[in-house]
Amino acid sequence: MGAVQNFFDHYNYIATIVLMVAGLYIVIARGNMIKKLIGLMLFQTSVYLLYIAPGKIIGGTPPVLDPNFTVYSNPLPHVLILTAIVVGVATIALGLAIVSRIHEAYGTIEEDEIFAREEQE
Amino acid sequence: MSAITAQLPGLQVVVPLLGAIIAAFMRRGTLAWAWATLITAFTPIIAFALLFQVWSNGPISYHMGGWPPPIGIEYRVDLLNAFVLVLVSLVSTIMMPYARRSVAHEIDGDKQAWFYAMYLLCLAGLLGIAITGDAFNAFVFLEISSLSTYVMIAMGRDRRALVASYQYLILGTIGATFYVIGVGLLYLVTGSLNFADIAARLGEASAAFPRPVLAGLAFLFVGISLKLALFPLHLWLPNAYAYAPSFATAFLAATATKVAVYLFLRIAFSIYGVALDLKALPVSTVLYPLSIAAMFIASILAVYEQNLKRMLAYSSVAQIGYITLGIALMNQAGLTGGIVHLFNHALIKGALFLALGAVMYRAGTVKLDDLGGIGRTMPLTFAAFVLAGMSLMGVPGTAGFISKYYLIVGALDAGKWPVAFLIVASSLIALLYIGRAVEVAYFRPVSKAVAHAKDPPLMMLVPMLALTFASVYFGIDTELSAGVASRIAELLIGGLK
Repeated sequence: MGAVQNFFDHYNYIATIVLMVAGLYIVIARGNMIKKLIGLMLFQTSVYLLYIAPGKIIGGTPPVLDPNFTVYSNPLPHVLILTAIVVGVATIALGLAIVSRIHEAYGTIEEDEIFAREEQE
Repeated sequence: MSAITAQLPGLQVVVPLLGAIIAAFMRRGTLAWAWATLITAFTPIIAFALLFQVWSNGPISYHMGGWPPPIGIEYRVDLLNAFVLVLVSLVSTIMMPYARRSVAHEIDGDKQAWFYAMYLLCLAGLLGIAITGDAFNAFVFLEISSLSTYVMIAMGRDRRALVASYQYLILGTIGATFYVIGVGLLYLVTGSLNFADIAARLGEASAAFPRPVLAGLAFLFVGISLKLALFPLHLWLPNAYAYAPSFATAFLAATATKVAVYLFLRIAFSIYGVALDLKALPVSTVLYPLSIAAMFIASILAVYEQNLKRMLAYSSVAQIGYITLGIALMNQAGLTGGIVHLFNHALIKGALFLALGAVMYRAGTVKLDDLGGIGRTMPLTFAAFVLAGMSLMGVPGTAGFISKYYLIVGALDAGKWPVAFLIVASSLIALLYIGRAVEVAYFRPVSKAVAHAKDPPLMMLVPMLALTFASVYFGIDTELSAGVASRIAELLIGGLK
């Protein structure tokens, strides 16, 4: 019973960790440069969840002052993650731009093929 | 006047940040270069003003937008920040005159203005990391500097620069994300993002939630180690330095990893060290073997490297090992050695990479086998290379000797004489790889690639010689380097719980 209780008390963290590890695994295990970026995106997204989920308080309202409400959710994590999302978008955009340049220069986006070509030279 | 003085911490970041945007609108490379030089020249003036202010009146707290901390973002300048700010801004300013010819030679005309925009953005990011007192703000600046770095690397001539940039983007983003996870865990247990405020609340939080606090340290440690290229997380560095444009390599080698080391010191000593017993946390235990491995393995890899830029890149990984070794020692002399090496290594590597940039400019290659006799055709350039190389080895009378002296004293003070022995032994490997370059440059017949090479124009020569002079000068006069570093070490160790 304790284990089940523990699981449901922390299920947002468990979801975060599953996404995090899955993303990191894709980055490490895949040789395709686009797939690696997808993994990276998943990894970054999991961090958004890490910040946002604890900011929500059950029964809490958005932090707009009103005499009818006394419990508010924490708005700071949302603001932080808004910044992090912008950073994430910029990173992925730059990553994709570099991959398309790599495709122009090498004719492939598979890492092992690129390294094989470097070996030949 | 005093109104401007009060705004200096903000201006330190805002000036290069706005400068970058304006540079991006320029079309002509030379104009963008002149603009970037002007903007860069402002930054050390501000940094020195801050250093003097901190030296005489103690730490400065600047409230961004007038919001007091911990709610608003605080820029907090103490001696450690001010020292890093001076180092980064001064080295960049010395290098700027060099950039024009080198960048014009290696980057297409229509892209030069973009390059300078990226350079200014990177400078703003690095200065921002060094000045901010807010953990999340530091992440944003970390990403500003990293993203612009990826672009600068990708602008290299060789198509391998693209792959190097991509690999750095993947690893750098993982590192930065690890840093955010660490900050997030600290935020969850303390409810604050301000460095000083986290430190004040962490002791209590750690008693209630020991595990997230320790996990947070692990994430921050790994994330920043990726950025500072601690062995074995250095894999992005050799290719990135080897294929980036010469000026970008010199600029990054002298500044980027140093700022990451600063962030590490800040987290370890000003947050965890203030709140908890730093010596009981597994920081030193992990840093010792990795630092020593870096000193030896990276140095040996450098000996077998044919491309001189890659050789120096491996050497950078080894030298970062010395800096982290100084941090791991955690005593007065050791920490002084680490911090002073941060300063000296920036000068030395800056000089060495500028010399290689000049070789690239005249001979078009940095492959060792093609450079036979280059010491005779480019005498001043290679004299600079040899002098800075001697400083890198730690020959007495040079800046490198001062760092190693403090590190060895620190190791002996800690009762670790084998470490002191290893510092000396690994320095001998540096003799091997620098010596190999000297042998080719002076004792081989002049090869075809370098037959018509000569010393670069004055605008490139002066910055190179200035940094070389500095890397020898700070071995004789240690007031600004070791004097300040020792005071910083005193403050950091005095602040420990």
